[in-house]
Parts: sequence; structure tokens; C-alpha cells
Amino acid sequence: MARLPAFNVAVVSTVLLIVWTDFVCCNNGRRVGDNLETEFSGFSVPLEHSFEVDDVARFRVRGSLVLKAGREPSVSLSQNQLSEEDRTKLKEVAAVDGLYRIRVPRVFLQADRQTERQMEGYLTAFVRACAMVESHLSDVISLHTDVSGYLIGVSIVTFPGACRGTEVEDEVDLEVFNTTLSIMAPVNAPGPETALFLERMEQESEKKGKNPQEQKSFFAKYWYLILGGAIFLMVSNSAQPPAGGGREQS
Amino acid sequence: MAKLILLWLKCVIFWATIEAVFEDQVGKFDWRQQYVGKVRFSHFDTHVQSSKKVLVATERNVFAALNTRTGELFWRHVDKSGSEGNIDALLQHGQDAVLMVGNGRLLRSWEISVGGLNWEVVLDSGSFQSACLVGQQDMVKHVAVLKKTAISVHYLSNGHQKWIENLPETETVDYQAVYSDGNGEVYVLGVVPHSHIAIVVYSLEDGEIIKQMSVEAPWLSNIQASCVVVGQGMLTCVDSAAMSFYMLDLRLQLQMTQVPLQAYSVNLFSAETGRRLLDTTLIDFYSVFQLYVQAFLKKDDSVGYRAMVQTEDHTLTFIQQPGRVMWTREEALSDVVTMEMVDLPLTGTQAELEGEFGKKADGLMSMVMKRLSSQLILLQAWIAHLWKLFYDARKPRSQVKNDITIENLSRDEFNLQKMMVMVTASGKLFGIDSKTGGILWRHYLDNVPPNAAFKLMVQRTTAHFPHPPQCTLLIKDKDTGLATLHVFNPIFGKKSHVTPPALPQPVLQSLMLPLMDQDYAKVLLLIDDHYKVSAFPSTKNVLQQLQEMAASIFFYLVDSSQGRLSGYRLRTDLSTEQIWEVVIPPEVQRIVSVKGKRPNEHVHSQGRVMGDRSVLYKYLNPNLLAVVTESTDLHQERSFIGILLIDGVTGRIIHEAVQRKARGPVHVVHSENWVVYEYWSTKSRRNEFSVIELYEGMELYNSTVFSSLDRPHAPQVLQQSYIFPSSISTMEATLTEKGITSRHLLIGLPSGGILSLPKMFLDPRRPEIVSEQSREENLIPYAPELLIRTEWFINYNQTVSRVRGIYTAPSGLESTCLVVAYGLDIYQTRVYPSKQFDVLKDDYDYMLISSVLFALFFATMISKRLAEVKLLNRAWR
Repeated sequence: MARLPAFNVAVVSTVLLIVWTDFVCCNNGRRVGDNLETEFSGFSVPLEHSFEVDDVARFRVRGSLVLKAGREPSVSLSQNQLSEEDRTKLKEVAAVDGLYRIRVPRVFLQADRQTERQMEGYLTAFVRACAMVESHLSDVISLHTDVSGYLIGVSIVTFPGACRGTEVEDEVDLEVFNTTLSIMAPVNAPGPETALFLERMEQESEKKGKNPQEQKSFFAKYWYLILGGAIFLMVSNSAQPPAGGGREQS
Repeated sequence: MAKLILLWLKCVIFWATIEAVFEDQVGKFDWRQQYVGKVRFSHFDTHVQSSKKVLVATERNVFAALNTRTGELFWRHVDKSGSEGNIDALLQHGQDAVLMVGNGRLLRSWEISVGGLNWEVVLDSGSFQSACLVGQQDMVKHVAVLKKTAISVHYLSNGHQKWIENLPETETVDYQAVYSDGNGEVYVLGVVPHSHIAIVVYSLEDGEIIKQMSVEAPWLSNIQASCVVVGQGMLTCVDSAAMSFYMLDLRLQLQMTQVPLQAYSVNLFSAETGRRLLDTTLIDFYSVFQLYVQAFLKKDDSVGYRAMVQTEDHTLTFIQQPGRVMWTREEALSDVVTMEMVDLPLTGTQAELEGEFGKKADGLMSMVMKRLSSQLILLQAWIAHLWKLFYDARKPRSQVKNDITIENLSRDEFNLQKMMVMVTASGKLFGIDSKTGGILWRHYLDNVPPNAAFKLMVQRTTAHFPHPPQCTLLIKDKDTGLATLHVFNPIFGKKSHVTPPALPQPVLQSLMLPLMDQDYAKVLLLIDDHYKVSAFPSTKNVLQQLQEMAASIFFYLVDSSQGRLSGYRLRTDLSTEQIWEVVIPPEVQRIVSVKGKRPNEHVHSQGRVMGDRSVLYKYLNPNLLAVVTESTDLHQERSFIGILLIDGVTGRIIHEAVQRKARGPVHVVHSENWVVYEYWSTKSRRNEFSVIELYEGMELYNSTVFSSLDRPHAPQVLQQSYIFPSSISTMEATLTEKGITSRHLLIGLPSGGILSLPKMFLDPRRPEIVSEQSREENLIPYAPELLIRTEWFINYNQTVSRVRGIYTAPSGLESTCLVVAYGLDIYQTRVYPSKQFDVLKDDYDYMLISSVLFALFFATMISKRLAEVKLLNRAWR
């Protein structure tokens, strides 16, 4: 059981990776078009997964995603059960702390024709195989699109996400995927809220206008205090005798 | 109620603002150095004998006057950057300097004593070739401007055009120079490469051609590059292939005379006779780029000279007879690319004590001896220090100078003084003392490709005595991707004896790991284009550590041309495997920047206390990347800016947002749990700021450790935008030792100001409507506009021209952050985002507090005595 201690993971998180924007030779996969079936107002693409003890990716079909384009794109997933063989393999991979990877082909949702939808290459993501096992195959997959409807990324997390080393005895737990699926388009970032602010300012000035007490000037409000102070000063001044007046002349 | 809010608002604002510097603090913690850049043209101001000016026009579009005695600037004018402000020619006559700007677009005349503009005229467009002053009977009244196809003459007094003429035979002859000898004729020199020189003489009065002639010159291809007219119409050309120069009297001769040259020395030849007047061999210089010589007759009729030499490393050296260097200016510093601040080493005595602990114990007796000797050294140092104090006290205060040299460099109490290691585009490295701005070392790398990208990394700090600190500079050719490493000691600038590995393959990515080898040098990983990883240093120890850690070392690569972001994991055999991939179609948007967090950043507080005393926890993912994209469609209705927050380990897209109707350039700062970016709103035609903050929520998923692999919940994302009244040049966040001090954003404005904007104003939780809870939390009510307060400028009147970058570094004091702004100028200062809460003020009244203490002490003594006496008296009674 070569399980990663939590400490190591912590170290990873402190590793900051600094980019050097650069050219990367692309390793394009082959085009998938064989196992596609067009449906009414939607189309399906394969969702593939790979988990190998030697960590060399060999993707097999896990299910198929049915994507519906439109203003509000939606997605549904139909997937097979994990076979007996796969279950043991997944547990083996989890034992050596291997990865469970998924991939989907790059697609363009808003295209009208099937041929335009498919693009070269795949989007890949991974999760630790042990997390997959310990969560009893309950994963959350989200697909991200960009503004114009290109699929740009896929992500997978399991829930719970930790690897605690708990043994999954029951084979049944590893049979059916319990997948929560979502497709996300970018949110519109807000601009400066000028309208609301102006409205508020107006309301405030209106409130001021209604309340005459607020409008009074400083002197109007505190005239009695100022007057009192002035009188006090005058009185105290006049009460003092003209000190040193006699000496001044000498 | 509203009034109360206003009052409270005022309180908050006054409380939150940092104070501007006081008048007596000016220049105490900050310094500025102004540069001009690499010199293109230069003229000595000779019209007054006592003048100390030398005029320079530079490749950074700067026109300035330097003091010939000290090398300081008299005045400086910074024009537009790029080709628009490009200075094509500089002419000087008496008090006037005529400047041709923007490829012959603008003709300007400057008054050189104070640097004021006399006049400016806009010329017809056309490729500019040359310009010269035109005289008549010893009176210079005109300036001639030669363009590709035409020549025009302008009045020197007001810039108005006198006449303009088209040039003959422009298809075959390449006209490159214009000359006037002061008797009403204008000579235009053209060349037919490798054949002959064509000379056209115009009359100054009406622009008529007086005569045309041609002179054989088969070795000549370019007049501007190899010829100059000296004296009375003497055309002098250099033939570098034949190591000789040619002379031609434009008025008389039709043949050129040849004079052989000596190599590698500065020789002064008489233009009339070809006799060598004097020569000085230059040693200790890198190859000379340009040389400006002013020769003059001294009182005793001997020839004196002054020379300004521009060398390959962009150093400007001023030499006066007899070969004495008056001053040097490091103009390479006008183009700083990247920098780091390194702690200074401990003093010799401190190091001596430290060394004692560093060594292995070898016997009781020797340890005692060692301790005694180090104590003796300490005592010696202390006595020397006392003696120096005593010695200095007798001298007048102005004479006491604390010159910092490389020998007496040492860390101060609060680590406020550091070594600034600056890398310049010319490939020259500098070590600058951050307290005074003095250059302590310089090192020229002469094999740097012209389009190199630099990355400077600190592999070992000064904390590991006796191992010397170590910096590594990665120099990468942008075209080929091939890289070299330069390893050096950041304190002394010396090249390290450690030999860096040869890198035969193009390097894609480099990363510093927190792992250290047995000599405390951090491990640098370099990934080549075959996705193979090499480590530096690559000792056995390091490789072993890497093998153990391999499964938890992840890195990412960005290919902006294909919009591809991909993540890799290290394998134990130092190969890599791809684990995630995100592709942003480059047809729609292109990646303009990817920003991670700074590795030395500390966040003190895990969360924010809300108004109702609950805690909102921050999402502090150290692996988070902020990816900014710009749309390829630049139409103002359809252009947008995309912000993606991606986890660098798992490739998970944490947040994806688009700012519609917006355009770059985008400036991004990514720190703690927030991202701030600035963009141009095409819809409202203004600059806007936007801030994104990420929170985990009311409870923390795993409070002990953060792992990207185990954080299933997506964070809450809050965002708010503001209007900013100015465009910005660059942006950075302050950084302090422990992260307790509140953060400020340092914004370099094109006006040359550096604004310290409290992060408090960029807070997406600023409420629209004030409530009891938001007031409890000290949140400022939302206002759409961010105001620029003049007291927020940290550089008061010390304008920093063309600021390109701001570097921040923590100091030993939690309240203090060191700031360096660089561009054409370099400005260093300190900022105190939460004021100086851990330092006594400068004007703290030590006298008062100590006198009060003493007074109290004596009062207690006296009263005690009195009480005793009283008790004694009572007992006697």
C-alpha cells in the first residue's frame, strides 16, 4: 500500500508553478466519429475512462454524453455498469495510488451540422483512483463551455474527495456510477453598478429634502450655543480689570 | 441617519488611508534614479566656453542635457514611446537644438539652457534621411531636411519652410546626407552602392540646382553608416574592410585620399592633414558602440579633448584628458526586465558566531577555544565600532559619510536594506543597494541573444551560512527556445563555481521546488520539449528526493498559440505524463496572461469575521491560476475578456467569467483569495477594475492542509466592478513578512505616479445598502467610482517615467513592504499599508519619556526617605 501521505500533498500545494508560455507539441488523438449517434435536437459523444496499474492511459468507453445545444445547453449521461474485471482493476489501481482519468472529445455545441461539431483532440481530467473507490463511484463531472459554445474543459471530483485508506469490501458498491453531471457556460462578470448607486443617491437627497431639520445650517441649529458662548466671553472680558495699564505708561 | 452614515464613512476613509510622506521624510526612505537610455545622438554644447552641457538623444525617445562634470541630468524630455516619438536627428546651433521626431514628421527646436520648447512644425510625411544646419556668411539661419525624394529648408528662428525641391534621379541614387559649408550652398550626397557618390548642390536662396557631380567610391554602400563631413566640406569615410579612411574635399577634389588606421584605440586625426594628434588606448572596456569627441584648444595652444563613449553594455563613460574617467552612467538600467531582492549577509562577526554552530563538534577543548576566539573577535569589533563613533563625533556632521561598499555590506536590524539584483535587456546584471541606490556590482553577459527572455530565481538565500547565496538566471532565446543558465552570487555578482548543466533542448518550463539539496540550494526543474525533466543541482541526494516526491510534483504548460493548457505529473524516472488538458479555441479567444500566486506569500487570516460573528473562510488554493483571455473579435460590441480560474494541479475550472464589451490590455494581480484585473470598457469608454474573491463558505473543508486533489466543493465566487479614472501601466500587490498587514495595490500610472490603493476599496462584499452588520464589519458602502486621492501617491513628486513593472518584497518589519518601480527610471521606497504599527515614530519623544521615568524614580526614592524619617520621628515621640 504505497499511499501518499497527506504531508506530500501539502507540499505539492506549496509548489507554485510558473508559466513559460510556450509551444507544446500537440499529441492529437484520433478522430472519433464511429460511435456517434445523432438524436433529435441533441447529439451524443463518448465519455471515456482509463485506469491502469502502469499508469499508461488506455481509454475505454464509460458511457455516452447527450448534449443539447441551445441558449441553455443541457447534458445527460447514460453509462454502463463497471464489470467484474474492471472493479478488481480499479481496486488494484487504487492500491498503487494510480489515477482514474476521463476524457471527452472537443466539440462545438452551437454548430448546425454534425461534421462541424467534432474537433480534433480531447479534453482530459483525472482523479485519484482511491478517491473513486472510497467514494463508491460517486463523482461530479462538469463540462465547461466558452462564450461561443466550444467545450473547453472537463473536470471530475469525487464526493467525499479524500483517500483515507478505508477498505471497500462490498463489490456492489463499485458497480454503478453515481454521477452528478452539469454543463457550465461562463457567467457574465458584472460591470460597475452605476444605476443603482444613482438611485440610492437620489433617494437620499429626497429624504433630506423631506426632512427640514436636516437642512438647517450650522448657525441655524446652534445659534443659542454660539450666542451664549459669545456673551460669556464678553462678560468675562469686561469683568477683568485693565491689568498692568498703569505700569505700561511708566 | 444619512448624516450618521456619512460621518461614519468619513471616519472609515480617514482611518483607512495611508498618510502621505511628511516634508522632512522626503528622500529619507526613498530614492529615484533617472536614465535616458542608449544614446543615439550627442552634441557637446560648445557655444559658451564654460558650458558644462552635453546633449543626448536616445533610442528610448528621450532628449536630455547631461552635466559633463558629474554626469547628472540638467533636464530631460521623454517623448512618446515607439516610432511616433523616435528621434531621427539632432542638430545644435548656439542656444538652439533642432530635433527631428517620428520619421521626419515633426521638427522641433529646443532652448538648451533650460530645455524649453522654442517651436514645433509638422512636416509632410516621407521617409526621413538626414538634416543639417545651413549657414550663410557665418550666420546660421536655416535648417535643411533631406527626405527620400525631396529636400526642404526651414528658418531656424520659427521653423517656417523656405523652399522645398524634389531630388533628381531618385530611382538610381540613394540620397542619404545633406551638408552646407556656410556660403549659401546646400550639398546633397547620394550614393549608388558600390559605384559612386552623387553630389547635388543647391542654392540656398531659391533652391535651384547649381551643379551636379559624381565621385568614384566602389567600396562604399552606405554614407550614413560610414561617412561624416568634417571641417570645411571635408567628407570623411571609413572603410572597415580595408582598415582605412578616405577624405574628400567636397568643393575641390574629385578623388578621395586614403589614410590607414590602427586598431582598438581612440585616435584623433587632423582633418586637414591626416596627422595623428593623440591617441589613448582604451582598456577594460567592452567593445565600443559609439564615441563622441570634443576637441578644443587649451590656453597654451595644445589640443585638449573630451570624449563620451557608449559601450556595448549601454554604459556611457565620459573621459577627459589625460584619459581620466570623469563619470559613468549605467544606461542599461533604463531597461530593467526582471529583478529580485536578496537579503544581505550577516556581518563578519555575526557570521563567525553562526559558523560555530554550523560546524561539527570536535572535542570540548577546541569548542571552548573557538568560543573564546569568537568572543574576542566580537570584542575587537565592538571596540573598533566605538573608536569609529568617537572619531566621527569630532568631525562636522556633513563630512561623516557612511559609504556602503561591498566589504561593509551587512543586514540591518529590521532587514530593511537588501540587495536588488536587476537584469536588464542588454544582458547586464546589476547589484544595487536598496538603501542608497548605489551600484555595488555589475556583470555583463556578452552572449545574450537580442530577443532573450529572462527569469531570475533565488536558489539559496543568505540564511545558510557558510554556503554562499546563489541566484540562477535562465536566459532563453525566444525564437529557438534554447536556454542557458547563469549561476552567480547575488551579493558580490561573481559567477558561481557551480557549473550549470548544458541545456541542448529547448526549455518549455522551469520551476523552483521547495526541496533542497544537502547544501540548502533549492531544486530547479527544467522541462524540455520532449517533456523530459532535468534538475539543477542534480546530485544523488536531489534525485533521490525527487523520486520520493515525484507523485506529488505537478506542473503545467501553456501553449497560447493553440490555446492549450495542460497539466503534467512527474514520474519517478524523471519523465512526465500528461494528466489534464483544457483547450480554449484560439479562433475565439487567445490567452494573454496566466498568473499564479507568489510562492513567498503568507496569508495570516484564514477567514473574515462577519458582522454576526460568524467566519467566512477564504478559499486559499496555492495552485490556483488566473488565466486571462482576450477575444479575437475586436468589434466594440462583441469584444470581451475572459477570466478563468484553473487549479494548476487538477486542471479543474474553478470559475469562468466573461467581461463583455471589454478590451485589453488587461492587468492582473492574483493573491490570497482574490484576483483583481483592469480592462478597458468599450461600451462606456473608460477603464474599469474588477475584483473576484473566492470563499469556501461558513465552514472549512479541511482546515489543517490544503490539497487540490481533495477539495470537492467549488468555492463561492463574489465579484464587483468599479470605474477607475485613469489608464494604468502596471499593477502589483504589497507583500509583507507574515501577511498580517492589510494589502494595498500598487498601481503605476502613465502619468508617472505610483498609487497605493487600499484593497479595502476593491472588495466584492462592499454593500449596496448599509446595514448594521456591514458596519460592524467595517465595509465601505459601494460606490461605483474609485477615486484617486493625491495622498495615495507614494512617490509624491518623484515621477517615474514609463513605469514597466513594480516589484514588492517583504522586510523584517511586518508593517513595512519594500517597493521598487522600474521603467525608464528606478524608484525605491517603503510603504506601510497599515501604518507603522510596530515602529516608534521618527519624532518620538525619548527625552520626555526618559525624564518622566527618572523623575518618578527619584520621587519614589525621596518620598521613601521622607517616609522613613517621618516614621522614625513618630517612633521617638
